[in-house]
Amino acid sequence: MKIHEMTASRIAAGVRAGEFSAREAALDALKRIGEVDGTVRAFLRLDPEGALAAADRIDERVASGEDPGPLAGVPVGLKDNLCVEGREVTCGSAILAGYAAPYDATVVARLRASGAVFLGQLNMDEFAMGSSNENSSYGPVRNPWDPCRVPGGSSGGAAAAVASRQCALALGSDTGGSIRQPASLCGVAGLKPTYGRVSRYGLIAYASSLDQIGPFARSVEDVALALEVMAGPDPRDSTSAPLPVPSCRREPPPTLEGMRLGVPAECFSEGMSAEVEERFREACAVYRDAGAELVEIRLPRLPDSVACYYIISTAEASSNLARFDGVQYGIRSGAGEGMIEMYQQTRAQGFGPEVKRRIMLGTYVLSAGYYEAFYARALKVRRLIKDDFDRAFETCGCILMPTSPTTAFRLGEKTADPLQMYLSDIFTIGVNLAGLPAISINCGFDGAGLPVGLQIIAPAFEEPRLLDVARFFEGRTRHHLRSPVLGPGEEARG
Amino acid sequence: MNDGGITREEVEKVARLARLAVTAEEKQVFGRQLNSILEYMEKLGALNVDGIEPLDHVLPLRNVMREDIAASGSGPQAFLAAAPATRDGFFLVPPVLSD
Repeated sequence: MKIHEMTASRIAAGVRAGEFSAREAALDALKRIGEVDGTVRAFLRLDPEGALAAADRIDERVASGEDPGPLAGVPVGLKDNLCVEGREVTCGSAILAGYAAPYDATVVARLRASGAVFLGQLNMDEFAMGSSNENSSYGPVRNPWDPCRVPGGSSGGAAAAVASRQCALALGSDTGGSIRQPASLCGVAGLKPTYGRVSRYGLIAYASSLDQIGPFARSVEDVALALEVMAGPDPRDSTSAPLPVPSCRREPPPTLEGMRLGVPAECFSEGMSAEVEERFREACAVYRDAGAELVEIRLPRLPDSVACYYIISTAEASSNLARFDGVQYGIRSGAGEGMIEMYQQTRAQGFGPEVKRRIMLGTYVLSAGYYEAFYARALKVRRLIKDDFDRAFETCGCILMPTSPTTAFRLGEKTADPLQMYLSDIFTIGVNLAGLPAISINCGFDGAGLPVGLQIIAPAFEEPRLLDVARFFEGRTRHHLRSPVLGPGEEARG
Repeated sequence: MNDGGITREEVEKVARLARLAVTAEEKQVFGRQLNSILEYMEKLGALNVDGIEPLDHVLPLRNVMREDIAASGSGPQAFLAAAPATRDGFFLVPPVLSD
């Protein structure tokens, strides 16, 4: 088996045992990227020298008998909103072109200390605002299963890179579904941890009360391994929870006898495609056959979560993105005309249309005369949405839902109507508003060969239970083992 | 909540508050798109939220203090190096006051 086809756990075991070197793993990943990324376009920047130097340090540790860490030699891609000291980080935006991060994000430092080898930065929707990766200032990513379709977003590059075997592990961020939805559309596993489980230090903020960093991989075991390394309190993030990190890589239980899994009645009335519904019902049957009890639950405010989310997230974004004003970072424009004009010109030139739209929306819902009707009301609805989940978890251990109402759509299909794009987030958004952990795993394919994602949601800080339920499904099915066919020089179809 | 939709003047006002220069075409397109999004958001007006405590954050937030001792950091040069214009260790901006 080629190294790039191995899981992260398998690569780390191979490097630790001296079966192959971290350098060989890095070279194989770089070769694979050279072969397929002309089609997929997941990476914005590669750092071969840095990757090989890091790999050599791992190999030296192995040779000298030191512990090289649980991610020894695993090639990792990073979404382009995670800071690596001295490396360019742009958030997929022209406004940060050329900006080099002055420090490492906490997750970057923790992965590095665990033996991970960083390959480069992965494409994304500008400032993580988007569900298709078409809002990047640097061009869209292609879905490896069909290059004329979107990979999902905003962590589209991370999902596509893992699906196309360019890296075994990638880190993304999830504010309203930006890990789970691209994981679903690209057929890989993507975990959004509980809010506060992972430090956000060094993650460029979109909506601070919703953002959370999480891993993408091709197996639930790998996602669990990455979470164990990333998670835990951090004095540099006051919102990181002061809780110890539980073991997430235990063997899945042999049976789910006695486990109650909730299926929300509302998810069948929110525009799910027929094939997604079929795969979802089949996934539920896998659990039922394993002894789990499936119970119908109610999430009555699910249909209101999109409106609630797009008020709160844009309000927070309008405030967070005020710092991009041509003074401390990135580009500057209109400097000859005075301070305010310089701000306005820099932001007009540096931000793309979706970011401008959301900043304006957020500014509007926070402005005098509209604050009460929009923002203050949305915060109350957010409470109702969280109450819905709390009530549901009184009767079930985890919730099952589709991740996305459809499989991957075509490039350009939804760009003309921002609201239609927002509505595709219906199944993922509530989890962020309530701060819960959730994972998307591959539960099969539609007739066109496009992957369908199963979303599993657990109560806050119950990642071990969440990952048990996900691993159980993976142990009974083979969908996650299928890989997209991509050859050198393959052109986008359609 | 929003009778008659967002006006051109309101689009201009919001752009000014957000420090965004917008073209005539952007005013028109953003105005139309914001209207359709805000109209959709008005559905929240139908929910009864009387007596509901707002939820601005899922965690019980409290201030986190550290020991008052010096620690190593990146230093001012690392931050100044990322700025578009600096002079003598300061960020350089266009004139704020005219004479």
